[in-house]
Amino acid sequence: MAEAQNIPAGSTTAGSIAVAAESTVATRMSAPPSFDVADFPVPHGREEEWRFTPLGRLRGLHDGTAVASGEGVKVEIEAPEGVTVETVGRDDERLGKAGTPVDRVAAQAYSSFEKASVVTVAKEAVLTEPIRISVHGQGGVAFGHQVIELGAFAEAVVVLDHSGDAVLAANVDYVLGDGAKLTVVSVQDWDEKAVHVAQHNALVGRDASFKSVIVTFGGDVVRIHPRVSYAAPGGEAELFGLYFTDAGQHQEHRLLVDHNTPHCKSNVAYKGALQGQDAHAVWIGDVLIQAAAEGTDTYELNRNLVLTDGARVDSVPNLEIETGEIAGAGHASATGRFDDEQLFYLMSRGIPQAEARRLVVRGFFAELVQQIGLPDVQERLLAKIEAELEASV
Amino acid sequence: MATLEIRNLHVSVEAENGPREILKGVDLTIKQGETHAVMGPNGSGKSTLAYSLAGHPKYTVTGGTVTLDGEDVLEMSVDERARAGVFLAMQYPVEVPGVSVSNFLRTSATAIRGEAPKLRTWVKEVKSAMEQLQMDPAFAERNVNEGFSGGEKKRHEILQLELLKPKIAILDETDSGLDVDALRQVSEGVNRVRETGEVGTLLITHYTRILRYIKPDFVHVFSGGRIVESGGAELADKLENEGYEAYSTKGGASA
Repeated sequence: MAEAQNIPAGSTTAGSIAVAAESTVATRMSAPPSFDVADFPVPHGREEEWRFTPLGRLRGLHDGTAVASGEGVKVEIEAPEGVTVETVGRDDERLGKAGTPVDRVAAQAYSSFEKASVVTVAKEAVLTEPIRISVHGQGGVAFGHQVIELGAFAEAVVVLDHSGDAVLAANVDYVLGDGAKLTVVSVQDWDEKAVHVAQHNALVGRDASFKSVIVTFGGDVVRIHPRVSYAAPGGEAELFGLYFTDAGQHQEHRLLVDHNTPHCKSNVAYKGALQGQDAHAVWIGDVLIQAAAEGTDTYELNRNLVLTDGARVDSVPNLEIETGEIAGAGHASATGRFDDEQLFYLMSRGIPQAEARRLVVRGFFAELVQQIGLPDVQERLLAKIEAELEASV
Repeated sequence: MATLEIRNLHVSVEAENGPREILKGVDLTIKQGETHAVMGPNGSGKSTLAYSLAGHPKYTVTGGTVTLDGEDVLEMSVDERARAGVFLAMQYPVEVPGVSVSNFLRTSATAIRGEAPKLRTWVKEVKSAMEQLQMDPAFAERNVNEGFSGGEKKRHEILQLELLKPKIAILDETDSGLDVDALRQVSEGVNRVRETGEVGTLLITHYTRILRYIKPDFVHVFSGGRIVESGGAELADKLENEGYEAYSTKGGASA
């Protein structure tokens, strides 16, 4: 599809397709994955994985000075029948099975949490109501760990809601049994001072389907790192994201899909709108197709809509392919601008300015929102987008 | 009867070394039912006239008046002008990613008409207008002007003209970049609107070619930022034969 690229000043969009003998996704990290924070040097900001992040605004999550306070976050879990919810200690063997921390803040979270939540959906249980996890910031520092585990052929929707004010570093594990279907919607609707850094690890079982929807609206710094790998062939992952970055906010979404197993699929689509001075959105899309992963089918896309001057986008899709025996692989990134000419065109057709802006933003997000497949979440998102626009006009 | 009156209009744009005057006293009256062709060489200010009437922010009106039935058009915002009945078919229509043609048309018709058109009659209305312009129905699902060919863009402009039914239609070089078939279809669209007798048309063009399909009541020669000669359709024939050379000296420096 031909697409005009209108790159505003201050944005970068880079892409690469590498055919590599050695995984550069792994080698460009400062240290190998580890559960122990001591294995990671304190970042100074020039490391590949930190170069877009304002370390000075992480409130000490990256250098060990952030210490958990009693009033960090309040976690409430509402689960329908057929679901087991437990609070467990650090030694529970179900923790950390879906993935290992890959950067210092994720390792800090794993080294520092005291209690973890484990939510288990029994095999073959098909939930008709979502599991709702509310993480409400109380103004303090917190380190969290959550595990969502689905037995074979179980089906569930999890809505993970972040609100309030906090400095939070967390890891979330999703473990999908064979043939399981899990949809996770993680909403970052923080108050304006909040800092949230999280690594999400999904381990997708044989013929299982994982859908992740990351929605980021609020907070001072939000950095979410969803990662997917496959335990066996036949798995599918859809990673959707939607963000609305306002003046002064830093919203960073870094993804990794590790095609380590044959005949798996992945589809990544992230869209963001930015408005206001120093609004900064970062999107890093890493897809790795390992030599063993024959028959892989993958596509990733990032689109950004810059609504005002003063906003900045860094969008870096990165596809690494170690086998030619694949079904398909592609990526796309484009950053466009809602400019005065578009506004003039719509207004010259009688459409008032505020409505013209709404029309463009709604149109931009509509297709992605429809793919979420959860009507109440979709409505909530659209309402939230409207509210963001109202606030800006 | 709707009347657009342009009196002694002066318009400037911001240039590198300060404001530059493009329109230097334009006088023109367009009544509902009339078709005026404004013709002139490149750089004479024709498009500036079109965009100034629609209210493009790039142009600053430094003198004169524009009224529509006595109402001050220059006081109105861009969308207010459109709702008052001024329509500009653009030479270079703008791409609006993410907004489908059908959504755009309906939003626009709702704004212009003051209420949302009834869905059932609206769908028919759009469909028949598109058929007449030989537009593929799939067109409605594409994003506004995104990836459109030159001909598709112009058809889309005329489709809006037909649906929005303005009092005053300004067609800015609608003929440029069209092959003969597209020119004929687009002209037929304009003529359908003209035949209602409800629109005053300001047809801005460099070439006389489109005037074979759209017969003007008045022809004005534009040069050096103002109208330098006015006449009937026969003036177009003169331009066809003699070109603009006679006017480029008379009208002063034309860039």
